Amino acid sequence: MKKLTSSMLYLDDVSVAFDGFKAINSLSLVLEPGEMRAIIGPNGAGKTTMMDIITGKTRPDRGSVYFDGDVDLTRFDESAIATMGIGRKFQKPTVFESHSVEDNILLSMSGDQTISSLLFGRKSIGEKQRIDEILATIRLDGLRHEQAENLSHGQKQWLEIGMLLAQNPKLLLIDEPVAGMTDAETVETARLLREIAKTHAVIVVEHDMDFVRDLDVKVTCLHEGSVLAEGPLEHVSANEEVIDVYLGR
Amino acid sequence: MNTGFIRTIGRVNFIAILIILALAVAVPYGNLVAPPTSLVYVPDYMVALLGKFLTYAMLAVSLNLVWGYGGILSLGHGAFFALGGYVMGMYLMRQIGDRGVYSNPILPDFMVFLNWKELPWFWWGFDQFWFAALMIVLVPGLLAFVFGWFAFRSRVSGVYLSIITQAMTYALLLAFFRNDMGFGGNNGLTDFKDILGFNLQSQETRATLFALSAVFLAGFLLLVAWITTSRYGKLLVATRDAESRTRFLGYRPERVKLFVWTLSAMMAGIAGALYVPQIGIINPGEFAPANSIEVVIWAAVGGRGTILGPVVGAFLVNGGKSWFTGLFPEFWLFVLGALFVLTTLYLPKGIIGTVKGFWQARNARKQSQKDADVPKDTSRPATVEAPAE
Repeated sequence: MKKLTSSMLYLDDVSVAFDGFKAINSLSLVLEPGEMRAIIGPNGAGKTTMMDIITGKTRPDRGSVYFDGDVDLTRFDESAIATMGIGRKFQKPTVFESHSVEDNILLSMSGDQTISSLLFGRKSIGEKQRIDEILATIRLDGLRHEQAENLSHGQKQWLEIGMLLAQNPKLLLIDEPVAGMTDAETVETARLLREIAKTHAVIVVEHDMDFVRDLDVKVTCLHEGSVLAEGPLEHVSANEEVIDVYLGR
Repeated sequence: MNTGFIRTIGRVNFIAILIILALAVAVPYGNLVAPPTSLVYVPDYMVALLGKFLTYAMLAVSLNLVWGYGGILSLGHGAFFALGGYVMGMYLMRQIGDRGVYSNPILPDFMVFLNWKELPWFWWGFDQFWFAALMIVLVPGLLAFVFGWFAFRSRVSGVYLSIITQAMTYALLLAFFRNDMGFGGNNGLTDFKDILGFNLQSQETRATLFALSAVFLAGFLLLVAWITTSRYGKLLVATRDAESRTRFLGYRPERVKLFVWTLSAMMAGIAGALYVPQIGIINPGEFAPANSIEVVIWAAVGGRGTILGPVVGAFLVNGGKSWFTGLFPEFWLFVLGALFVLTTLYLPKGIIGTVKGFWQARNARKQSQKDADVPKDTSRPATVEAPAE
C-alpha cells in the first residue's frame, strides 16, 4: 500500500475550538522520520493542545492528522495511539510514585498485554536487558530499586523519558522537559534528547531558549494556534513577529 | 512451598495466613472437643461471633483490593455482600422443604402468605447447591461487571463513582424491601433448617462453617498477595496513582479496573454467603448504605493498601463494637464516626500501614548506617517511606 505522505507526522489545516475560543487555528506541521523539532511560543499558543490532538486526547474540529504516512490519528483514542508508537511526556513529571524506578520502566514496556498475561507473566530475559539499557541511557542505573517518589524533580523527568523509551515509540512528544531543572540537569537533558533523537522522531516543547539553542534543531514558533515562523533558531529568533509576541525586545 | 513463594507474598503475611488457618482448626477443637473447664474451651457464642467477624474481614479484604490498591472507593460494597447472602438464603429456603409453617414442599412460607401459586422463575434451580454456589459469585459479579463497564468506560472516578456506588446499594435496599420482588420483603429470608443436609443449629455444622470462613479468608489473603505482586497488581497501583500516564503508555485503565472490581464483588458475595448461614437471617437491612460505609472504616483503620490491614481493622472495629454496644449502645455511631475522623487525621495509613512505615524506616536507617561504614553510594536517601496511599 502506498503511503499518503512520507512524513512521520503530518498535520494539515487542523483547527479546534473550546467554547468558541480557537485553541488551534488551521495549524499545519510536518515532521520527517528521524527529525527532532523544538516548538516554542507564548502561553496559550496551543502547544499542549497540539499534543492533545496528536495523542488522541482531543479531537480536532477540522483538518487531518496523519502518523507514519497513512494512519489517521483522529480516529483513535489515547491507548491505541500509544500502542501505535507515540509516546508523550507531560509537563509535570508523571511517574508511578509508589513503584521502584525499575518497575516504572517495566510497566512501560507492556502496554499491549492482556490482563491474564499481566497476571501470569514473568519478567523475560529480553525485558531485563532492555531495562538495563534504558536505565543506562537515562543514567538512573544506580537508583533502580529506589521508589520513584524519592527521586529529585530532574530525576523524575528523566525517568519519565525512560518510560517513553521503554514504550519503544517511533515518535516522542516531550512537553517542557527542563522546567524546574538546575543548569547542570538542563545540559544533561539536552544531551539525553540528542541521543534519543538519533533513533527516534522527537517533538520538544520548551520555553528555555538556551536549552533550545543547545538542541540545535529546526524550530517552530506557534502563536494563537498557528505557525508563526519555522526554521533554524537564528532565523526564527530574528523574525520581527516572533520577537513581538514571544521573545520580547 | 519454597522460600520464593514466601518472599513473594511477604513473610509477615505468610505467618498471618498460617495463624488464620490454625484458627480454622483450633477454634472448632476448643468448641467441640475441649471440656468447658479447659483453658482452650471456646463457647458457642464465641464461635458464632468470631465466625461473623471472619466474614466481615473477607468483605473488608475485598473492598481493600479495589480501594487500597485500585483507588476505587466503593461505598456500596455491602450490596455485593448482601447479594451473595441472598443467594445463599434462597438455597437455604429451598432446603426447608415442607418443614415450613405452611408445609408447602415447593414454596417458601412468605410466598404462600402472599398467595403465590408457583415458584417465580428466578427461584428455579436454587434447590441445587452447585447452582446456588455458582450464583453466589455470578450474581454480584454480573452486577459489578455491568455497573463497572458503564462507569469506567465513561471515565467516572473519584467521589462521583463513590456516590453512584452508594446510590446502587440504596436502590437495592428499596427494591428488596418490596414484597413483590419475591425475596421476602421487609422480613427477608430466615428460619433456615439445613445446609447440604446438615442441621444449621448443630454445634458441628456451626464449627464447620467457622472453619470454612477461616479457610476462605486465608485464601482471599493469598489471592490478594498474589495479585498485588504480579505485573497486573503493579499496573493496578499505577492506575490508582497516575491513570492518564497508564493510558498514554497504551494501557486501558478501564479494563484494569473492571477486572479487579468484578473480582472484588465476587469475593464480597462469597463473604455474604458464608455470613448468612452463621447469622441465620438475611434481610434488606444488609443493603443499608451505612453498612457499606462501616466496611470502609474497617479497611481505613486497619490500613488500606496493605494485605493484612483490612483483617485487623475488621476484627478491631467489630470487636470494639460488640464490647461497646454492650456498655453504651446508643453512643456506638458517635464512636465509629470519631474513629474515622481520628484515623484520617492521625493514622492515614491505618494501623498496619503505620507499623510497616516504622519498620521500613528502621531498616533503612540500619541500611544507611551500613552504607556509611562502606562509603560509596551516597545518592540513596536515608529514609524510605511506605507505599503512598
